[in-house]
Amino acid sequence: MKRDFLAVEPDCLVRDGCDGYASKMAKQIDRATPIPDTYVFDGALSRRGYRINKFCFSLTSEATRAAFKADEDAYMTGCGLTEAEKRLVRTRDFLGLIRAGANIYMLLKLGAVTGNGLYHIGAQQRGETLDQFLATRNVKGAV
Amino acid sequence: MARLVAGIGTSHVPSVGVAYDRGKMQDPEWKPLSDAYVPVRDWLARLRPDVAIVVYNDHGADFFFDKYPTFAVGAAERYEIGDEGFGRRPLPPLRGDAAFSWHLCESLVYDEFDITVCQEMALEHGFLVPMNLCFPHGPDWPVAVVPLEVNVVQHPLPTAGRCYRLGEAIRRAVDAYGRDLRVAIVGTGGMSHQLNGPRFGYMNAEFDRDFLERLERDPGSLCRMTHQALMEQAGAEAVELIMWLVMRGAVGEGARRVHKNYYAPMTTGMGLITFET
Repeated sequence: MKRDFLAVEPDCLVRDGCDGYASKMAKQIDRATPIPDTYVFDGALSRRGYRINKFCFSLTSEATRAAFKADEDAYMTGCGLTEAEKRLVRTRDFLGLIRAGANIYMLLKLGAVTGNGLYHIGAQQRGETLDQFLATRNVKGAV
Repeated sequence: MARLVAGIGTSHVPSVGVAYDRGKMQDPEWKPLSDAYVPVRDWLARLRPDVAIVVYNDHGADFFFDKYPTFAVGAAERYEIGDEGFGRRPLPPLRGDAAFSWHLCESLVYDEFDITVCQEMALEHGFLVPMNLCFPHGPDWPVAVVPLEVNVVQHPLPTAGRCYRLGEAIRRAVDAYGRDLRVAIVGTGGMSHQLNGPRFGYMNAEFDRDFLERLERDPGSLCRMTHQALMEQAGAEAVELIMWLVMRGAVGEGARRVHKNYYAPMTTGMGLITFET
């Protein structure tokens, strides 16, 4: 007999109780139990970080990267960043940018144009030097 | 009639693309990964797929949060290489199969999967790294492709069970296609990793090995996992693993597992599993 892996699934919109709509809404992200040291990129963060993310996303061409490198402040002004957001970029405060709503994949483009790779950004978020971080890895040459 | 001949689950870690472009895949740090794909490439050469459906996520090369589709399917004759912020990788553009893509889109929408149809898509590491590992290219690639993009970045994401069901719908579309076509499907991403916040670098090899085991023997248990559980146990960015369930749903219950590998050198568990239908 064919097994139905998802026997508990849909039709819930018309039911209630433990399989119903309310539990379905609540269960994918449990905001009452936040994951420590983690920023789950949801609507609230995406709205907060929209300007920063749009600025980062714009750095996906040689021309825009050159324009940013030529005059970072003018470029950021053109992207409509607030003074507080510009300061986070100027100081390369990657954890601050994440807290301000930057999505990590967008942030990597700012990392690339400023010479800060993934492991540098990661070490900074952990509050470690790059060497301290690399010492925690299984095979640190696989970069 | 078209036939689904192969399913592959594979990580798409961007550093593999860098190692590939710099000719470092035979270095000791990368050999445990690249050796595992040698028999996979031989196996694919025997199965001779004409088209590969590659289930991946964009990382800000082409899709932005101004409009962010939950599922998007490529329906073009050709796909360009995207710029993720590092410049374009020196790879040939991908060849599409627009007729098959449009059949797939029509079938999915009438089967109640309301995908976004894309006539231009710029492809990036989420798509390209699995291609480099499985389908070595010359001036052209050995298969035509259908890129299938999934939102695994901006919550709310599609549920794990929904991804499995999308795979089942893809299988129905392939089975119903009148042309004689051999189709492979690749589910990409993961395994355990976290890139945001002070939990950066979190990995869970035990979870990853269990996931591989369950994907083979008990995918239903993975379909019932919430995003919260996936993120808690395997890291926030490990939710990408739901894309492997699209592949698993497509190959179906009767599929036979062929290859399996696991390597976790730096910040991401790199998994590989293959199925033959």
